[in-house]
Amino acid sequence: MAVLVIADHDNASLKDSTHKTVTAAKALSGDVDVLIAGQGVDGVAAEAAKIEGVRKVLVATSDALGQHIAEAITAAVLPLAPSYDAILVPATSVGKNFAPRLAAKLDVAPISEIVEIVSPDTFVRPIYAGNALETVQSSDAKKVITVRATAFKAAGEGGSAPIEQIAAGDGAPKTRFVSDEIVKSDRPELAGAKIVVSGGRAMGSAEEFHRVIEPLADKLGAAVGASRAAVDAGYAPNDYQVGQTGKVVAPQLYIAIGISGAIQHLAGMKDSKVIVAINKDSDAPIFQVADYGLVSDYKTAVPELMDALTAAGK
Amino acid sequence: MKVLVPVKRVIDSNVKARVRPDQTGVDLANVKMSMNPFCEIAVEEAVRLKEKGAADEIVVVSIGPIQAQETIRTALAMGADRGVLIQTDVDVEPLEVAKLLKAVIEKEAPGLVLMGKQAIDGDNNAVGQMLSALLDWPQATFASKVEIDGSKVKVTREVDGGLQTLELDLPAVVTADLRLNEPRYASLPNIMKAKKKIIDITAVADYGVDLAGHLKVLKVTDPPKRTAGVKVENAAELVAKLKTEAGVI
Repeated sequence: MAVLVIADHDNASLKDSTHKTVTAAKALSGDVDVLIAGQGVDGVAAEAAKIEGVRKVLVATSDALGQHIAEAITAAVLPLAPSYDAILVPATSVGKNFAPRLAAKLDVAPISEIVEIVSPDTFVRPIYAGNALETVQSSDAKKVITVRATAFKAAGEGGSAPIEQIAAGDGAPKTRFVSDEIVKSDRPELAGAKIVVSGGRAMGSAEEFHRVIEPLADKLGAAVGASRAAVDAGYAPNDYQVGQTGKVVAPQLYIAIGISGAIQHLAGMKDSKVIVAINKDSDAPIFQVADYGLVSDYKTAVPELMDALTAAGK
Repeated sequence: MKVLVPVKRVIDSNVKARVRPDQTGVDLANVKMSMNPFCEIAVEEAVRLKEKGAADEIVVVSIGPIQAQETIRTALAMGADRGVLIQTDVDVEPLEVAKLLKAVIEKEAPGLVLMGKQAIDGDNNAVGQMLSALLDWPQATFASKVEIDGSKVKVTREVDGGLQTLELDLPAVVTADLRLNEPRYASLPNIMKAKKKIIDITAVADYGVDLAGHLKVLKVTDPPKRTAGVKVENAAELVAKLKTEAGVI
């Protein structure tokens, strides 16, 4: 069997979730191809060609593909589908948008956000906001799967796969791109960061969130996250949200500051390797999942933490 | 323009789901059930479109047991006009939900389908995209803003890293994200009025869709438990432990 991985990228660089999805694909097959659907993606294709174990890299280009329009990606992938037994897609906002559309066009049941491959037709996926895990078996001959990237290790580098141009498909005649508002940041991307510093409702204001959370994150070279409560209150932008309805992260170190630990939030970070919680309420549920808990007001704890990090040479 | 809003009856979002000891699923006996929160947001948006004059009729569709009438009734109390229940006691997979909805849509001919981006039970995030594929309509998922402009709809979507705005030709499928709006509470007079609104009760057989299924759930289990670690006295101790014990900084 052969597997097609559809890469996640921003036309400029390949996202780490692609490397992780390749690892999932390799568990299914030795023949893994990667499709880059975008615009001006020569650099992205070159990066994908270096992923270890990739047989070939396919490149489809058009404006609509560069804008990640679901209808256009589906149209580009459909002609390739007969050559593959499974199509794997990182479960990012782009992947989640087009994968079910592709599945419906192929009359197969998509399998969303798998975290484990049991066998070539059986997968484990979280349901009920991660409060339960479902083991599901697919009877479809061809499978369309989105992969929760944090559950798989990134495939290594060292490959040199050939790159092949393919047709872009029919585009998206009924959909027009209007605009993008993508926040540019020098910090690592939340979904793939090794360290994440998150703030909660205790911050009390957007100014306080910036003043407290961001310097600590920058000192650690960390990405910034937030609880849903902090986002809903307007202290942090939407794309900072960690949780079932936001981003699911699994960094080496997750530091939760002034976050109580609602189920919703825990679902988004409980697979982190080490969890630190700083909260003045010793009964906060976050302490039940934290490896290290510091019961203290963030107003005193965070400056002390900054000093201690400086003293430790950070 | 007619707006069609599919809604799902799920375990209430404030209730913690518990796995059945025999691992066949999540225990739904004697558990409070409500409208899926994302569906509620879609209903609210449809009602706002009607209040702005952009929509003239809102039809709510649900697929599920007879009790799903209550979910439809909730939507009617929020301001929807009439309901259709496709009654079934079996679990219907997202692909089949999309096929059933397609059959309803071919009969109802709405100009816009507004629905939740995902149900909080299965967390599939798939039906809207599949429905638009089957209809060959354009799609805009994860909407945080919806503006109707004649024969087009402009949708701002929540994507990784920010927002994307698309313009779609109508008819189209739009799925609602959390920040699209805050759903209203139905007023008592509107709850009373909703009791008189019509709900058509239909059967899966009426639509000619095969529910054979593509997926089989082998088991449902609890996620691995994380155990609480230790409390540290101060920031210095925390940094020391992160450095030497955990080795993460």
